[in-house]
Amino acid sequence: MIRIDGEPVRIASPKVARGLGIATVFQHFTLVEALDVAENVALGLDERASRRELVRRIREAGRAYGLPLDPDRPVHDLSMGERQRVEIVRCLLERPRLLIMDEPTSVLTQQEVERLFATLRRLAAEGCAILYISHKLAEISALCERATILRAGRVVATVDPRTTDARELAARMVGAEVRAVGSRASSTGGAVRLAVDGLSLPPDRPFGTALVDLRLELRAGEILGVAGIAGNGQDELFRILSGERPVPRAEAIRLDGRPIGTLGPSARRALGLVAVPEERLGHAAVGELPLPANTVLAARERLGLVRHGLVRWAEARAATGRIVRRLDVRTPALDAPASSLSGGNLQRFVIGRAILQDPQVLVAAQPTWGVDAGATAAIHAALRDLVASGAAVLLISQDLDELLALADRLAVLDRGRLSPARPTGELGLEEIGPMMGGLHEPVGRVSP
Amino acid sequence: MRLELEPRPSPSPLWRVLAPPSAVASTALAGLVLFSVLGVAPGRTLYAFFLAPLTSLWGVSELLVKAAPLALIALGLAPGFRAGVWNIGAEGQLTIGAVAGAGVLLALWPSDAPWVLPTALLAGILGGAAWAWIPAVLRIRRGASEILVSLMLAYVAQLLLSTLVYGPWRDPEGFNFPQTRLFQVGLPVLVEGTRLHPGVLLAPLLAILAWLLFRFTLLGLALSVSGRAPAAATHAGFDRPRIVRGCLLVAGALAGLAGILEATGPIGQLVPTLTPGYGFTAIIVAFLGRLHPLGILPAALVVALAYLGGETAQIEAGLPQAVTGLFQGLLLFFLLGSEVLVRYRIRWRRPAGAGVP
Repeated sequence: MIRIDGEPVRIASPKVARGLGIATVFQHFTLVEALDVAENVALGLDERASRRELVRRIREAGRAYGLPLDPDRPVHDLSMGERQRVEIVRCLLERPRLLIMDEPTSVLTQQEVERLFATLRRLAAEGCAILYISHKLAEISALCERATILRAGRVVATVDPRTTDARELAARMVGAEVRAVGSRASSTGGAVRLAVDGLSLPPDRPFGTALVDLRLELRAGEILGVAGIAGNGQDELFRILSGERPVPRAEAIRLDGRPIGTLGPSARRALGLVAVPEERLGHAAVGELPLPANTVLAARERLGLVRHGLVRWAEARAATGRIVRRLDVRTPALDAPASSLSGGNLQRFVIGRAILQDPQVLVAAQPTWGVDAGATAAIHAALRDLVASGAAVLLISQDLDELLALADRLAVLDRGRLSPARPTGELGLEEIGPMMGGLHEPVGRVSP
Repeated sequence: MRLELEPRPSPSPLWRVLAPPSAVASTALAGLVLFSVLGVAPGRTLYAFFLAPLTSLWGVSELLVKAAPLALIALGLAPGFRAGVWNIGAEGQLTIGAVAGAGVLLALWPSDAPWVLPTALLAGILGGAAWAWIPAVLRIRRGASEILVSLMLAYVAQLLLSTLVYGPWRDPEGFNFPQTRLFQVGLPVLVEGTRLHPGVLLAPLLAILAWLLFRFTLLGLALSVSGRAPAAATHAGFDRPRIVRGCLLVAGALAGLAGILEATGPIGQLVPTLTPGYGFTAIIVAFLGRLHPLGILPAALVVALAYLGGETAQIEAGLPQAVTGLFQGLLLFFLLGSEVLVRYRIRWRRPAGAGVP
């Protein structure tokens, strides 16, 4: 039950929430780029106000809270920090009693972060409660008086971040019950199958992450885990490896010594690099299409499912049958549309489709995200079998339990930087946690 | 109690088939109401509209003559619409196709050598494709919406045609009428006493070809994936720019072909108004045929009937010409409406608060 000022309330819509004095600044802005600042502010207000009145109030709030804005400028002209200012001013005009900020610093520069913090402190001092959602521990330590740690939908702990050691916070955030790490014999003696050499790339999408001096070596017979919290470049890393985003320099990425940086996904699959995206529907598979068509989409090169531009549907059906048997996929029919499978079974299909191609290198992003325990076990077993046969697997995952169970070596991806990989057995939780929480550098307070 | 739309767990295959015929039936029903309100005998007018044209050889042949360009253009548009490439300017590509082909014929006039007509047809195809190439390049290089660019180019094409037939290409012996010379060569007539030309046979042939393409080739699969799930298409390794370019060029080529077939067949010269908007109406045909090549053929016949019926209704019931456009609009309206039933089902609901807590 949600209580406001001790009264139980039912929040049926954003409008009800606003009525209760709750205002939210979302991580992905909800502004109309073609409209100007005042018009965008007007859109979020429930009351009617004349433009002149609005302009006056926007200026006033801007002065009072150090959020200068020109009400007449179109939003598409504004920097990310300025856009966020519009969102905040829009909230402030509602005179909120509770301000919710969801990952507000993900698109801000360091200077903008400092300005934001100054504003938030002033608001808090005036009596507005602020709920600040973030996975950046340095920010939590610098800004917040109390912190509640959520993991996998559960409250893990509520602590005072000003007095709690950041490393302890990090360990609680990434979790992983105390367990014997490195109980598996690691095998890291094989030849280098996939190598990325000092690749830096700017983001190619809004809210994307730049990759900075990315280096990795993936060896035959090993599973290399890439840990880290989503939004730190996982998506970009996956796309440059799968070939969905080819890179300008062919030599930047090598498969068994051969430069493949400029090749697309189809050519890379043909050479033996198979990738499995995180998103099952719409990326790994197409929901409306029957399974055999989905087999053709991402396995045609190595299974010979297309000849002279013609799809060999009989072979595609046969291959689909082999996938279904290999990973024990429960499907209403061999020709069923992919969307009719449960999440776990579709993931079995997608992983099976990759394994059946007998890849030299498999890149898997969150392969057990949101699937049942049975499917998780089956997928883990399939990945282990694959490396046992001499292939190499790059496992990009947020699930530390999964990484510790599978990976021979671990690297952490944080803000587009990949740490050097270290044998999983040598790493303690107390080391991994802070790395994932963005604490490579010594924990410092963000100056106000 | 109130009506509510509830999403179906998966699209209904029954309604997928039933949607087009139910749209046609609803259109006829709406026509019935419309005619009653207008004060004309509804039954007789509906008969004049939908059935009278089919009672004579001339009527049936005219139906085919009008359905052929609609089907050709719609067959060209369907792959693009499947792939999410929205070419709205087929009318312009048709016009430029006719202009390009006519340019060849006028340049060679009065030659009637056997290679003149094929050259003109080829010029028509290339002209239409070239006009569609402009939105393709702007889309791929600059991210410009192909919807807007192709649509606006349709008006440019129309103005270009007007400029030519009112100016340099005007028939010197044509008493100042805004039209070109009658072409020295033209498409042969298949059946004496009608305007049936070989282009009419082309539509079913191309439909079968397109069906084979969709059913059996990787390209067909690439098209439907590219429209439905762009990220999956990228992962599969389908090249989006190539698909955009290919779809626009094919649509332009077929629209251009339809244009030059009209010019060298039923019309025989260039006039300021080449078609009653076939290029735009073909969009309705493509969707009425559910973007399926074999569905487009009957769809083209139904829509062609609306053109023909509009003419008969003008003569027999004294209705304005606008009634044709009105019927096409109604048809599209009901088509989009019945499309909802493929994805949703209608439920009666008690008002919120009553009933189940």
